[in-house]
Amino acid sequence: MNKIIITNNDKVFLKYKNIYDVVFLEKCSYTDVLNETRNKVHRGCKLITHPMAGSLKPNQTPYKSIIIEEHSNSTHYESIILIENSIESTLKFLKFKATPKWNEKILNDFKTVDLSLIENVVKNPMFSII
Amino acid sequence: MRLELGKIKINDVQFGEKTSVESGTLYVNKDEIIKLVLEDERISSVSVELARPGESVRIAPVKDVLEPRVKVSGSGRIFPGTINKVKEVGSGRTHALVGATVITCGRIVGFQEGLIDMSGPAAKYTPFSETNNVCLVIEPVEGLETHDYEAAGRMVGLKVATYIGEAGRYVEPDEVVVYETKPVLEQVKQYPDLPKIGYIHMLQSQGLLHDTFYYGVDAKVMVPTFMYPTEIMDGAIISGNCVAPCDKVTTFHHLNNPVIEDLYKRHGVDLNFIGVILTNENVFLADKERSSDMVAKLCEFLGLDGVLITEEGYGNPDTDLMMNCKKVSQKGVKVVLITDEFPGRDGKSQSLADAVDEGDALVSCGNGNVIINFPHMDKVIGTLDFIETMIGGYEGSLKPDGSIEAELQIVIASTIANGYNKLAARGY
Repeated sequence: MNKIIITNNDKVFLKYKNIYDVVFLEKCSYTDVLNETRNKVHRGCKLITHPMAGSLKPNQTPYKSIIIEEHSNSTHYESIILIENSIESTLKFLKFKATPKWNEKILNDFKTVDLSLIENVVKNPMFSII
Repeated sequence: MRLELGKIKINDVQFGEKTSVESGTLYVNKDEIIKLVLEDERISSVSVELARPGESVRIAPVKDVLEPRVKVSGSGRIFPGTINKVKEVGSGRTHALVGATVITCGRIVGFQEGLIDMSGPAAKYTPFSETNNVCLVIEPVEGLETHDYEAAGRMVGLKVATYIGEAGRYVEPDEVVVYETKPVLEQVKQYPDLPKIGYIHMLQSQGLLHDTFYYGVDAKVMVPTFMYPTEIMDGAIISGNCVAPCDKVTTFHHLNNPVIEDLYKRHGVDLNFIGVILTNENVFLADKERSSDMVAKLCEFLGLDGVLITEEGYGNPDTDLMMNCKKVSQKGVKVVLITDEFPGRDGKSQSLADAVDEGDALVSCGNGNVIINFPHMDKVIGTLDFIETMIGGYEGSLKPDGSIEAELQIVIASTIANGYNKLAARGY
């Protein structure tokens, strides 16, 4: 099945744009990435990575990358529940405190951590067979 | 597997000519520590400072906390697979300098590290305000990548904790506690009428700066396995992550896992503690499926009646926690979850990012979103430069007089999700 990476992290986009189908949401927010993922999941895609991967709080890192795959025509309910729960958690955090305006060094660290989460999945031998 | 843990109580720490323990005081040779740290070419400089209970001292940003220990007899040496050769540990005799720690700090991942107050109202939220701490403020060479800085900091902490631990080798402990777990068939026979209880220990393992190591193996590439509970007391598991300070499981917390400690206290009294199942926390959903399947299989295979499960982190790990809970429950094993909560400052939102019907028994370790105030401290070990960008801090957190207003989650181990803290939520 075709894998799709949805990201607002240019490091992820640059690394994978020629290998996978990458939806690059440039200058978009963490929440925008989740919402785009939700739209695709409701249209029949299945989540491959956890939407909240990384344990960085949603009001802390501005970057998010999620891998999904095109599913059969049936709806994947587990993915819907997971993405909806993740959006709910994210909005809860953002309601209490907005994501700070970080300096370049910290932004770069966040991008690197986000990229590493995706790299670890892509290099997993199972990634190409499921 | 049987381990005698000799506890040498440390009531004070001082600099001295020789690193040694005398009448409950730990003396450390500053120059030898500096020399040891600077052996690592990734470190450009280190400052060694002491912090004792009751002092007007703030330590930040804190990366890891370790307890100095030494293996006196038995197979292997402390922290196997990391700074000592891979060899099974958990049997024989180990000495611990209880009441002393090594704290690594520095601007490693500024936004992910925490703080410790040694006195004042915020001191009560961290166990390390009550210990005598040898703090290492480490600075990297120019241009060092963040994850290399983390790795250097991790190794420095292990080296210095091992070096100081050696001081306890020939000291007569104040107390010797014996922990023993037999091979499973014998263990079941020893207390045949008591419920067979296991502990599922979830290790943070999501990727860069989110790693934990078991005998040197990166937990994200291991499959769930069985561990004798005493192995962890000899440093079989070490922390290599920079996750939120409040629920970071430091290396100290692995050495002193309170779930294991309490299960041993009741071992043979009202339960039969069979052992520990180690598992990981994954990004890839297929890995989550495999790990939780295997955890449930191990519970069934060991014939457990009940388990306790702890996690490290928030969000993604909540899904692993719930998958473990669901699948283990479906094997007919009773499950109690232990975790902290992030339900917002008013406590009214959902506490966890995931939930299952089977998750009907949970011990809470507190709400990380609560706001607390930290008064000015006379001395800062490290720097306050990152307070406003640390988890729990925000714009305006650091006041001109050095006092701080921030969420509780900025404090190291304040809501640690294995219960090594003093917060609790009770239902009435």
